Amino acid sequence: MSDALLDIGDRVVAMAAPGEQVEAVVSRGRDTEIKAYDGEIESLSSAQSQGVGIRVIADGRQGFAYAATFDDEVLAETLVEARDNAGFATPDEFLGLAEPDGVAVAELHLFSEALESFPTDAKVELAIELERAVRAADPRISGIESAEYVDVMAEGAIVSTTGIRTMGRETACYVMTYAMAADGDEVQTGFGFSVGREPGELDVAHAAAQASDRATRMLGAIKPPSERLRVVLDPWVTAQFLGILAYTLDGEAVLKGRSLFAERLGDEVASPLITLVDDPTDPQAFTATETDGEGLATRRNVLIEGGVLKLFVQNAYSARRSGTVSTGSAVRGGFKSTPGVGCMATSLLPGTATQAELVASVGDGLLVQDVAGLHSGVNPISGDFSTGAEGLRIRGGELAEPVREFTIASTLQKMLKGVTAVGNDLEWLPMSASGVSLVIDEVTISGV
Amino acid sequence: MIEEAVISRTLGAALRTGGDFAEIFVEDKRSSSALLDDGKVEELTSGRDRGAGIRVVVGDTTGFAHTADLTEPGLAAAAEAAAAAARGGGGGTRPIDLTRQSAPSPNVIEIYPGDVPKARKVELLTRADEVARQQGGAISQVSASYGDSRRRILVANSDGLLAADDQVKTFFAVSCVATGDTGMQTGRESVGHTVGFELFDMYDIDELAARAAHRALTKLSARPAPSGQMPVVIGSGGGGVLFHEACGHGLEADLVGKSASVFKGRVGELVASPTVTIVDDGTMAREWGAFSIDDEGHPAQRNVLIENGILTDYMWDLLRARKEGRQSSGNGRRQSYQHLPMVRMTNTYLLGGPDDPDEIVASTDKGVYVKHLGGGQVNTATGDFVFGMTEAYLIENGEITEPLREGNLIGNGPEVLTRIDALAGDFAMGPPGTCGKDGQGVPVGDGVPTLRVSSLTVGGTAA
Repeated sequence: MSDALLDIGDRVVAMAAPGEQVEAVVSRGRDTEIKAYDGEIESLSSAQSQGVGIRVIADGRQGFAYAATFDDEVLAETLVEARDNAGFATPDEFLGLAEPDGVAVAELHLFSEALESFPTDAKVELAIELERAVRAADPRISGIESAEYVDVMAEGAIVSTTGIRTMGRETACYVMTYAMAADGDEVQTGFGFSVGREPGELDVAHAAAQASDRATRMLGAIKPPSERLRVVLDPWVTAQFLGILAYTLDGEAVLKGRSLFAERLGDEVASPLITLVDDPTDPQAFTATETDGEGLATRRNVLIEGGVLKLFVQNAYSARRSGTVSTGSAVRGGFKSTPGVGCMATSLLPGTATQAELVASVGDGLLVQDVAGLHSGVNPISGDFSTGAEGLRIRGGELAEPVREFTIASTLQKMLKGVTAVGNDLEWLPMSASGVSLVIDEVTISGV
Repeated sequence: MIEEAVISRTLGAALRTGGDFAEIFVEDKRSSSALLDDGKVEELTSGRDRGAGIRVVVGDTTGFAHTADLTEPGLAAAAEAAAAAARGGGGGTRPIDLTRQSAPSPNVIEIYPGDVPKARKVELLTRADEVARQQGGAISQVSASYGDSRRRILVANSDGLLAADDQVKTFFAVSCVATGDTGMQTGRESVGHTVGFELFDMYDIDELAARAAHRALTKLSARPAPSGQMPVVIGSGGGGVLFHEACGHGLEADLVGKSASVFKGRVGELVASPTVTIVDDGTMAREWGAFSIDDEGHPAQRNVLIENGILTDYMWDLLRARKEGRQSSGNGRRQSYQHLPMVRMTNTYLLGGPDDPDEIVASTDKGVYVKHLGGGQVNTATGDFVFGMTEAYLIENGEITEPLREGNLIGNGPEVLTRIDALAGDFAMGPPGTCGKDGQGVPVGDGVPTLRVSSLTVGGTAA
């Protein structure tokens, strides 16, 4: 299969005009999404998608175009369109495709034959079983907003005139559910999930129990008073926090004056407990990948070590312009866009304490179980941080009453410095960061 | 795009296993965009997305498949996949007679963006960059983006419906970073309408760029937002997202049907201040969420959701409406042919009231004036929502005083609706938005007059 994609890439690159750089990103995928409701299939979607994105760099200018079919005529037209687009861009001496850098591609075995051959009926059964398990988990579960099974099989190739010629294929699947718990008129919600490379790795019972626990433990939640507290972030919340932090460590944001950490390499920017690694070669990461969006081998990058800022992630362009080398961190939103720069699989070096031990050590504080509105309330350029939250009050070192409809606010800079403990409960989540429990001092709670 | 006879045969094939309903949605979308950043026109992108999505409904189960292959065998394969997913009892073919239906376009497109030279689009970007940088030495970075799309759709279903639409949208945005002693701050302005290149006759790029720059510059001297409950005044046009989140999502029939909405079972009840009337209107000429037919072929409608405080109706798509034996409200939308339609908003807004905007501020002793809200998010089951303030000021003794740094506001939908205690007559639509639901984004509009919520929680860091 993948050879066919490389062949398409070769065909595009063969059409390059003298003196121009051409890169083709060819991808093909098959997704299944099954939603269960009331013991039946609510919907079953099976989707195949494919496309090619073509980048042309000529005379220091870049243009891009994409198409969703692979006919020779369409490939030729798309290349012409990309070339034409390049003519309107501003020349930039640092533009250029990635060049092979000798870093060996890790063999991660991210494709599961087991998923490929897993029958649809069995996938349906997983979704229905998930819904059944959530409903049975607790008598207070009053409804299910969603219970679904999703899988993705994707393969891609990158070929360029600069000697890049790579391909890869990956599978992933997950079950996910949103449950509602009720007590009288009051309704609370909770989610649960389980992820894997193939359905055999999915833990439906765990996902169901997680959703049920998260929803039922919020029953009776009140709006807390406004005050400053020490908080424990649940791994799920920490992972989202890392997703935002990643933006500030992006070499392109640094170059363009949009990172609050520009000029801070070598400085102590976080608590000494913080070591942040971006490692897409860790096969446990949901977003693990062998090559980056420009076809270079991915690698383990240590970004913050013991609180000291060590490295920004780079793609070919940002590296060339910063006078350094690519960290294999070109990211792409599929075949429809040019490569940007970004972290792919970040995680914090875990500590030794369990979440329960962290809660006990905090004494008086708040466990944040979920946040809302990160995209609107956090500005990674200024560092201002304010999000909606829900969770459980910590009193006397134990989880106490549930609280909701409040915000937690601080700045990214202060939060990093304020970390007083990192948990040992590292958890890979269906996103580009893993989670771990984190204790942070002096966070403002806005409630009543 | 595809011959009628082929469509008819494809629908027939989709029902071969005994489905109750089959639908084909064909889309041919061409889009172009241009981005300027860091003083350089970084790239122009062109793309074409073309394909068909086919769904088959059997009882309460929907099967869906899509394909980029629009030949008859390609469509037949997708029809078969969708039918297999829905797994009916077996039925045999039945002929589908299609009747072409037409719906009025919200407005006429004057200048198709595809006819405009690329150089002209690039000029707009460089102009915005230049003007934004002229607003002050503290402006340290500018990015500007241009985008247009032409989306032609065709929908046919086994009820005999055949309808088509040609949707043209044009968009422009400027983002600025200002750097000062206190760090960096950002400001953004965007405009987008269901129009062609005449967008730039409706708006002055210079003004837009200057406003984005001043928003960033103003915030350099901003103080941390307060924390806790207080009155919040929302400026005209700047806060429609409040109602999109606070009640719009909760009035979507799919969520109501799953009891995942605090508004379930409340039609006919007083759910808001008696001054509040909220409308969702897909027919609104030129607005970002406008169209002539929705993505299920139903003509766009103006739907009154809440009238004088009383909940009048939910928003419906075809499936949810069929279940209840009623008509769709024209709210069945999807991101692309690769997605199943669901209940979505179009242009959602709150009608104006009798108060004077200046008087609303003057009668507020201490609170926050939000000129511009950013995105938001809601949990429809509990009604709890958040949204970000991208431009806000403190109100002290009835006067707008110091600018505030960014932060979220948090509240509960049903509570906020009853706490609207002032509404002005200065209604305006706000900037274009993308509404995300279940992983799908669709263009939406919103609007509000100046209004006051007697109490909302402001999530700042100041005591």
